Amino acid sequence: MVKKNLNQPSPFAKKSRLRVAAFLGMTLLTVSQFDGVGVAHAQDKFIVVASTTSTQDSGLFGHILPLFKAKTGIDVRVVAQGTGQALATARKGDADVVFVHDKVAEQKFVDEGFGIDRREVMYNDFVIVGPRSDPAKTAGKDAIAALKKIEAAKAPFASRGDKSGTHAAELRYWKAADIDPQSGKGTWYRETGSGMGPTLNTASAMNAYAFTDRGTWLSFKNRGELTITVEGDTKLFNQYGVMLVNPAKHAHVKRDMGMQFIDWLTSPEGQAAIAAYKIEGQQLFFPNYVVLKKAA
Amino acid sequence: MNELGDSFRIAWQLVASFDANLVAITALSLRVSGVAVLAASFLALPFGAWLALARFPGRQGVIAVLNGMMGLPPVVVGLLIYLLLSRAGPLGALGLLFTPAAMVIAQALLIFPIIAALARQVIEDAWGEYREQLVSLNANRSQCMRALLWDTRFTLSTSVLAGFGRAIAEVGAVMIVGGNIDGVTRVMTTAIALETSKGDLPLALALGVVLIVMVVLINLAAQSIKTTSMRKHG
Amino acid sequence: MASATILPLSVESLAFSTGDVTVLSEISFRVEAGSRTIVLGPNGAGKSVLLRLMHGLLTPSSGSVRWAQNDEALFRKAQAMVFQRPVMLRRSVRDNVEFALRVAGNESAAPAAATQALEQVGLLHLADRPARLCSGGEQQRVALARAWAIQPEVLFLDEPTASLDPAATKAIEETISAIHARGTTIVMTTHDLGQARRIADRVLFLHHGRLIEDTSADIFFQQPQSPEAAAFIRGELLW
Repeated sequence: MVKKNLNQPSPFAKKSRLRVAAFLGMTLLTVSQFDGVGVAHAQDKFIVVASTTSTQDSGLFGHILPLFKAKTGIDVRVVAQGTGQALATARKGDADVVFVHDKVAEQKFVDEGFGIDRREVMYNDFVIVGPRSDPAKTAGKDAIAALKKIEAAKAPFASRGDKSGTHAAELRYWKAADIDPQSGKGTWYRETGSGMGPTLNTASAMNAYAFTDRGTWLSFKNRGELTITVEGDTKLFNQYGVMLVNPAKHAHVKRDMGMQFIDWLTSPEGQAAIAAYKIEGQQLFFPNYVVLKKAA
Repeated sequence: MNELGDSFRIAWQLVASFDANLVAITALSLRVSGVAVLAASFLALPFGAWLALARFPGRQGVIAVLNGMMGLPPVVVGLLIYLLLSRAGPLGALGLLFTPAAMVIAQALLIFPIIAALARQVIEDAWGEYREQLVSLNANRSQCMRALLWDTRFTLSTSVLAGFGRAIAEVGAVMIVGGNIDGVTRVMTTAIALETSKGDLPLALALGVVLIVMVVLINLAAQSIKTTSMRKHG
Repeated sequence: MASATILPLSVESLAFSTGDVTVLSEISFRVEAGSRTIVLGPNGAGKSVLLRLMHGLLTPSSGSVRWAQNDEALFRKAQAMVFQRPVMLRRSVRDNVEFALRVAGNESAAPAAATQALEQVGLLHLADRPARLCSGGEQQRVALARAWAIQPEVLFLDEPTASLDPAATKAIEETISAIHARGTTIVMTTHDLGQARRIADRVLFLHHGRLIEDTSADIFFQQPQSPEAAAFIRGELLW
């Protein structure tokens, strides 16, 4: 092959400049595809909702959020954490709306001025699950009695231990049964420090009792020997509340879009959507928003 | 063992049907880790080269720290970035938390030490071979760095791939700074964590199989490019 | 375009030691412009170290290496060195030569100068071949083309043909002659007597780190002053 021009400039010098240009171009192109890279796009309508892992794991959001988006065009980005962490996230202003199920903690949040316009949206219920053989003989409708039997039998019990709404509820029931579960710490009372799913995984592996919300249980696929032993106790109902992160504390909170979401959740349409969500033919969440009469 | 068999079957079904969710999650994983490794390399390679050639008091200490940071726990990096990017933190006004950009930043930070430390070692070794010739030619520090970076490019590509592997495999940092938001910041590793926590172990394992196969394929491709290049360029 | 010459080079009382070992001691000589100086001696005599001290790759333990010009930038740019094992960059033959030119600040004229240098050493047909895929002899010629292209005043060569076959050696020696003919001063080490005879016009004979003889090549090969030099020329092992 005869080279026509022997004095061609070295391809290397040109190549390296091209390479740098190509790399920069590629990076810019890629990065530009990301949302929320510090540049506000007028067409990016979204809010960040801090909620809990048990709510996400139940699949409720997959059902109702597309309905909300179809109606308003707003994208709801759910960051699912434990209740404690969700409230901490909202307190720091990293979310626009909070949607959890721990009335006491929620009220504190409002009292401290971090949340406004709290509304009760729906409730689901907790159940106690345990090994099919039910060594502690807990079966029935009475949650408090079941817990007493578990402690008496020193039957293994897996707790979330993660400051979540579910965990807080569990502790309240132990208290109502006059038992301090910490007395069994390390022997029959095992705290996993994790979400509902991982805790059920542990319970399944250990053949232990556990306290869980019905929603997570119905979608949980790793049941092993576990089954529901206690349900239907009215004390086991679990109230969900939603509130807007206070714009007075965090000016960037998307007040309008956040309120649209809250309004929709508590509207007849939203409440119906919640009720319509079923797993294995069973309704999981029971809407119970009641318009509060204005305080005199 | 049954679960393993189920997982392979599910994995195959997901891939063969181009399951939309799987494609989206995989694409996001590749984009986040890809950009992270490019950004990290852009800074880490010249830094490693500079450190290889520089002589200053305390240099051995810097090298030891850099090498040590290769073992940074991802979840700690995630926590640090989270505190930085939170609205309550110094960079909150950028609104980057719970976005893919935050994930890129966390991963880039995580793999910077890997790429820089390996580059430093590779280039310092090459410098032993090239030093006399480059000094004889009166190449200045910057010219030496560039010549060495280019000459060791095949070995360096292995360290870059190591960084990519670390980035795409980690879950702690991206979970914290990304929030595992469906459709926005959910990547393969956080999806696996989610399905595991939901007790859907076959699906989680299936996603894991897809992730591993993808990483292996990427490495195979890189290796073949490297081999053909080496044969051509010596 | 005549810039001040850096020659003659004055080496005075040069000494070099590493740790406890004295490698060179009390070396003094001058290198004049246009000469072909061969540093001769058995292995371990300190020839390579002396070359590196002259070229500035090593710093003397005592004594001095002084060029005619004090400006360091000037005298560094006017020298080049070819090593026993050629160090090729991982790129084409042409790019290796152009690299040297670019580093010397000669960016725009680089392609033309590189072509000319490659032509001179007879490697133009390999210009686009990856340098590392070339034979040892070819690589050494690339190193020489590199040196040729930047037109140094002084070219140092450290046993450039020690690992090459006779054909390659001949090619290298011819190129060295051509470089010298163009005006470059040659300073070369070798332990090969025949090569020294072919190339040298002046010999520095080293033994155990001392400069034993410093004479013209004719006198050295016909009437060596020292017994060590005589023994070396006879082909005896010196230790």
